[in-house]
Amino acid sequence: MIYRETGQFKSSYASDAQLLPILQDRIFMIGLLAFAFVVVPAVGSEYLFDAILVPFLILSLAAIGLNILVGYCGQLSLGTGGFMAVGAYAAYNLAIRVPDLNLLVIFILAGLITTLVGMLFGIPSLRIKGFYLAVATLAAQFFIDWAFARIRWFTNDSSSGSVSAPPLAIFGVPIESPIAKYLMVLAIVCVGALLAKNLTRGAIGRSWMAIRDMDVAAEVIGIRPLTAKLSAFAVSSFYVGVAGALWAFVRLGSWEPLAFDVNRSFQLLFMVIIGGLGSILGSFLGAAFIVILPLMLNQIPTWLAIPLSTAAISHIEVMIFGALIVFFLIVEPHGLARLWAIGKEKLRLWPFPH
Amino acid sequence: MRDMFRNKAAACALAVAGSLGLALDAAAQANEIFLPVLVYRTGAYAPNGVPWADGFVDYLKLVNERDGGVNGVKISYEECETGYATDRGVECYERLKSKKPVAVSPLSTGITYALIDKVPQDKVVLITAGYGRADSVDGEAFKYVFPLLGTYWDAADILVQHVAKKGSLKGKKIALVYHDSPYGKEPIPVLEELAKKHGFELMKLPVTHPGVEQKATWLQIRQQRPDYVFLWGWGVMNSTAIKEAIAVSYPRLQMYGVWWAAAEPDVLPAEMAAKGYNGLALGHSAENSAAIHKDMLKYLYDKGKGTAAKKDEVGSVLYNRGMLSAMLTVESVRAAQGKFGNRVVTGEEVQWGAEHLNIDGARIKALGVEGMIRPVKTSCYDHEGSHSARIHTWDGTKWSYTSDWYEADTKLLRPMVEASAKKYAADKRVEMRSCGKA
Repeated sequence: MIYRETGQFKSSYASDAQLLPILQDRIFMIGLLAFAFVVVPAVGSEYLFDAILVPFLILSLAAIGLNILVGYCGQLSLGTGGFMAVGAYAAYNLAIRVPDLNLLVIFILAGLITTLVGMLFGIPSLRIKGFYLAVATLAAQFFIDWAFARIRWFTNDSSSGSVSAPPLAIFGVPIESPIAKYLMVLAIVCVGALLAKNLTRGAIGRSWMAIRDMDVAAEVIGIRPLTAKLSAFAVSSFYVGVAGALWAFVRLGSWEPLAFDVNRSFQLLFMVIIGGLGSILGSFLGAAFIVILPLMLNQIPTWLAIPLSTAAISHIEVMIFGALIVFFLIVEPHGLARLWAIGKEKLRLWPFPH
Repeated sequence: MRDMFRNKAAACALAVAGSLGLALDAAAQANEIFLPVLVYRTGAYAPNGVPWADGFVDYLKLVNERDGGVNGVKISYEECETGYATDRGVECYERLKSKKPVAVSPLSTGITYALIDKVPQDKVVLITAGYGRADSVDGEAFKYVFPLLGTYWDAADILVQHVAKKGSLKGKKIALVYHDSPYGKEPIPVLEELAKKHGFELMKLPVTHPGVEQKATWLQIRQQRPDYVFLWGWGVMNSTAIKEAIAVSYPRLQMYGVWWAAAEPDVLPAEMAAKGYNGLALGHSAENSAAIHKDMLKYLYDKGKGTAAKKDEVGSVLYNRGMLSAMLTVESVRAAQGKFGNRVVTGEEVQWGAEHLNIDGARIKALGVEGMIRPVKTSCYDHEGSHSARIHTWDGTKWSYTSDWYEADTKLLRPMVEASAKKYAADKRVEMRSCGKA
C-alpha cells in the first residue's frame, strides 16, 4: 500500500540508473541521514556515541571493505585485522613523523599505504583460490601482527609496545567531544559507503562479480583476472585501512597490536557473512548485529533489574549471541540484507499477497 | 491480554530508554559516592581476576556495613565484565561514566593505557595499585593517574637487587618470560638498563596471549640455561609456565614471578612440584588473620553477604590485593573529604585526596592491615607513595616471606620516569603542571 512504485515513470536513462530508483527509498534515506546527522547528536548520550555508534560505524566501514573483497569479488580473506593494523600504524607514524598534517589527509594516506600492502598480499590470489587463499591471507595477518609487535620503529620505540594517537583536530577544530567524533566518523562512513555502492554498480564492480561467479567464464568474455582481483584487493584494503586508522585514533586512542589480532579478522568476516555477502547494506546490518547486540544482551538484566552475577551475565550473553547467529543463518543463509529485501518485496504486494 | 501487551510495551520502552543511555536509577545517586568496578570473572584470566574482584567488592561492602560508608556517605558500585579485553574495558568505563564515578581501577595495563587519555577530561581518578604505566608516577604529566604501591619498573629493579645479592651478576644470564602485551613489556627498559649496569645478559622471551602454548619458549630455556627466569605472566600463562618449567626441569628456586605471577592460582595446579618457586610480594602475601579479615568474616561472610563463593578465598594473595586497591580508593575519598567536607565528593576532589594520601603506621593499624602494606605517602611529585616490596616463596602448601624489604632504586628510576613522562606529554601535547620543589 504505502510502499508502491505505481506512477513513478522513468523517462531518462539517468533516472532509471539512479542509486535509489523508488521515491519512497529516497525519502527513507534522506530521513535516515537527517536523523543520523541532526536528531541523534541532539538527543544521544556520551555512552551512545563513544561505546555504541562510533564502533558500529567504524566497523561498518571495515565490513564494507571486506565485503568488496569477499562478497563482490569472491576472494576469501582472513587478514582484515592485520590490514586494519597497517592503517592504524601508518596513521600513527604519519601523525608523529610528519607534523601538522591534516587529519583527513592522514586517514587517506593511511588508506593508501594499506592499499599497497593489501595489493602485495593479494598477488597470491592470482594463483590460489578459496580456502587456500584464506590460509595465505591468514599468514599476512600473523606477519603483520608480528611486525608491529617486534619492529620497534613502527611504535616509535615505545617501551611497552603500546602507542597512542595525538590529539585530533581538523582545520584547527578539535575533535574531542563524543559528538564531534561521531559526526566526523559518520561523515567519513557515509562518503565511503556512497563511493562503494557506486563502485559496485559500475564496470569495475561488475568485473569483480564476474570473477566471483566464474573466473574462467569472466576471462573468456574479456575481463582480466589480474586487474579485477588486484583492484578488489586495493579498494578493499583502502577501506579497511581507513577503518583501522579511525578505530585506533577515534575509538581506542591508544592501542597495541592485540587490538587487531586474528579475532578482529574473524569478527569482520562474521559481520559480512551474517549481514549479507555482496551487499553494502549488509555490511551495516552485520556490524550492528556483531557490535551492538552483545552490548545490549549484557545490559538487559540490569535494565530489567534481574539480579544476576557479573559472570552469569557474560555467560548468558555469549550463549544467546551464539544461538542468535545460528538462528539467523538457518532462517536466511544469505544474511540480514536478504531478509530486508524480502521484507521490501512483501511490502510492495501488501495487503494482497499472492 | 491487554495487560500482557502493556507489559511488553513497557519492557520495550525500558530497553529503548536504556539503550539511549538514560540513567534509570539516577534517584539513588545524589547522596552516594559511585565507584565502577571493572572486573573479569570469565575468560582466560578469570582464575586471577575473580579473587581480586571479590576482595575489591568485599571491602566496599564492608565499609558500608561496618562503618555506614565513608564518614557517613555510602558507597554505591556496579560491576562490569571486561574479560581483560581493552575494547570491552573502555566500553564498561563509558557505560558507567554516566553515574559520575570518582575513581576506577581496571586491573589491566592495556585498559589503563586506553583510559589514561580519557580520565583527565572526565575528572575520574585512575588508581592502578601495582600495575599500569610506570612513568605515571610523575604527577606533573599524569595528574589523574596513581600507580600506588608499586610499578613494574620498581618490580624489575627489586628483582635484580634480590638476585644480585646472591652473587655478582656479571656474565650471568637472566631470561624474562613475559606476556606479550603492554603489561609484559613494561619492565623491559629497566631490565635493559640494569643489564648494562650489572653486566648480565637479558633474554627476552615473549609469550602470546593467552599463554597456554609455551613449549618453544621453555625449550629455548632448556638450551640456554639462564641463571634466573623472571616470569611476567598473568592468568593461565603463569600456571602453564610453572608446569613447563617442571617439564624441562628448570629449577623453581631460580624462578621469580612478578607480583601478578605469585599467587595461589599460579602454583596450585602444580602444587608440590612448584615448591621453591619465588615471587614478589607487593607488600602483602596471603595473610588471612589480620583484623580486616576478621571483620570480613564477621560483617559479611557470617551474614551470608560475602562476594566470594568460598570463605577460604578471603585472605588469598589476589583477594588481599583487590581489597587493598579498594582500600586505597576509599582512603583517597576520605582524604578528599578531610579537605572538602564529609559529603559526596567529586572526582576532582578525590584527585586531591589521592595526591595527599598519608597512611602511616597508626593508620595502617586502624585499617586492620598491619604487616600487609608499607606507609604510603603521595604527593604531586610522587604518585606512587611506596616503593618497596619483598620476596615470598611457595613451599608446596603456602606462601611465606623469604626476604627483607627492598627499596626500589629511585636514583636509577626517577630520571627514566621523568624522561618517559616528558616524552608522553610531548607526544600527546599534554601540558605538564609544575609540582614546585619536591
